[in-house]
Amino acid sequence: MKLWMLGIAAIVLSFISLFIGAIDITPKDLLNWESDETHIFLISRIPRLLAIILAGAGMSIAGLIMQSLSRNKFVSPTTAGTLDAAKLGILISMLFFTNVTYTQQVIFSFAFALAGTFLFMQILDRIKFKDVIFVPLIGIMYGNILSSITTFLGYEADLLQNLSSWLMGSFTLIIAGRYELLYVSIPAIILAYLYANKFTVAGMGEDFARNLGLSYKLVLNIGLVLVAVISTTVVLTVGVIPFLGLIVPNIVSLYLGDNLRKTIPHTAVLGIVFLLICDILGRIIIHPYEIPVNVTVAVIGSAIFLTMLLRGRAYAK
Amino acid sequence: MIEIKGLTKRFGKKPVVEDVTVTIEPGTITSFIGPNGAGKSTLLSMVSRLLEADTGEVLLDQNNVKKWKSSDFAKRVSILKQANYLNVRLTVRELVSFGRYPYSKGRLSAEDEKFVDQAIDYMNLADMENKYLDELSGGQKQRAFIAMVIAQDTDYILLDEPLNNLDMKHSVQIMKILRKLVDELGKTVVIVLHDINFASVYSDRIVALKNGRLMKNGPTREIINSDVLREIYDMDIPIQEQNGCRICVYFNSHI
Repeated sequence: MKLWMLGIAAIVLSFISLFIGAIDITPKDLLNWESDETHIFLISRIPRLLAIILAGAGMSIAGLIMQSLSRNKFVSPTTAGTLDAAKLGILISMLFFTNVTYTQQVIFSFAFALAGTFLFMQILDRIKFKDVIFVPLIGIMYGNILSSITTFLGYEADLLQNLSSWLMGSFTLIIAGRYELLYVSIPAIILAYLYANKFTVAGMGEDFARNLGLSYKLVLNIGLVLVAVISTTVVLTVGVIPFLGLIVPNIVSLYLGDNLRKTIPHTAVLGIVFLLICDILGRIIIHPYEIPVNVTVAVIGSAIFLTMLLRGRAYAK
Repeated sequence: MIEIKGLTKRFGKKPVVEDVTVTIEPGTITSFIGPNGAGKSTLLSMVSRLLEADTGEVLLDQNNVKKWKSSDFAKRVSILKQANYLNVRLTVRELVSFGRYPYSKGRLSAEDEKFVDQAIDYMNLADMENKYLDELSGGQKQRAFIAMVIAQDTDYILLDEPLNNLDMKHSVQIMKILRKLVDELGKTVVIVLHDINFASVYSDRIVALKNGRLMKNGPTREIINSDVLREIYDMDIPIQEQNGCRICVYFNSHI
């Protein structure tokens, strides 16, 4: 697959995304600056598209970095507790401050996502049996433990209702003023690209990296910080989107290999294309109502993931 | 020059390498031999800074290896460990290009590309340079990793059991290439070997270890004789001379 093909697909899908929704908007409506359609277009459709683009690219790249650093094809923010830790962080911030501000939530969520992922990497370092399937299973269990703590605390504090909005990834509520945090992931994505070679070298193991004079621990920690930044911004604005960071990098790896400098652009654009398709489907299936994007992603994503598991065990080794 | 001075490493209370002092002669192949658990790989890891010694020091050009900057050290000494069989999907050329990482940090200059080309030619990998590593056989993969080390262009090349899992043909091929690296390019090769016949035929010097201690250190001729080998391996090993090579006949069928 060529990058320009993915690029064209992304542009076409973006265009479709802009003109689908409960209210019909045609390009002609936009000629009138004062119309309601233009207004909706500017405060809802464009922010939604930008959010999809940033979340799609961000989560896919976060998954790619994690797979490289953990040297396991099936590790991603979903299967390493990162997203669950971010949610726990949000809840703790709500328990801690009576009138929690957005900034406080961001800081707590980020700190927990970082600590949670770091802890998982420490666990990974200590277990001897590093099977491709076994490691993400541990990650999922670990995530579920974090998640059950969140649920328990949320139940005790009567915050479950509030919490469920983060359990469900959806672009329905994205309007101007509610998604701008996602812009924070732009520098993280750029940094990921600049560090691509270092991540590839680190992905070949500590001994290998140190032979080439790379400070392994530093690169590992920078990678984890980038993953935590991206995951936090997505969870706080869109919610949890499962599978994205898992399947997109794996598809790219199949046809393009594991040299991150080469694969990061593909991973980003394919992530955008995949998320756009899922969101557009969610919007047209029961039009004029919507299915949240995490449902469509989960349905399509789990099917692809299962295929990868069944066919790909040999490749992932 | 690499000087190993009084090096000791303990894992828990058990010393794995104990008070080893050896000087690696430049421009030679030096083989580390000895029974399992002798501490050969641990010693090599400490020389290459992958492991830190408990006591003692390793000097590269009279300076403690700990004091070298990582990127400078990576231009002088390279190490290839057994565990380098990875699941990363890189093409041969991409892997070899990473050998230039200490110089280019990943952005290859024209000069870097030249080194990469030369290394690939040297290892006869030109016709498979765009293949992915997971499509190669064990011998081809090992050659690709050695090509990466050649592209890294270090004076010292340390190899931890590079013949593991290779058949005879490929083992001989690798040893011949190492010989060429020393004889033609003036490199210094330090290699951990299990098969003493490969050590006998291809190396200039042998360092024999047992239970973490240095047993013998000298030119190959001095080490490959029945008395010395009995001390190291607790086995009677007759030596036969064949075309000027000393072959250890350790297959003891009549006991």
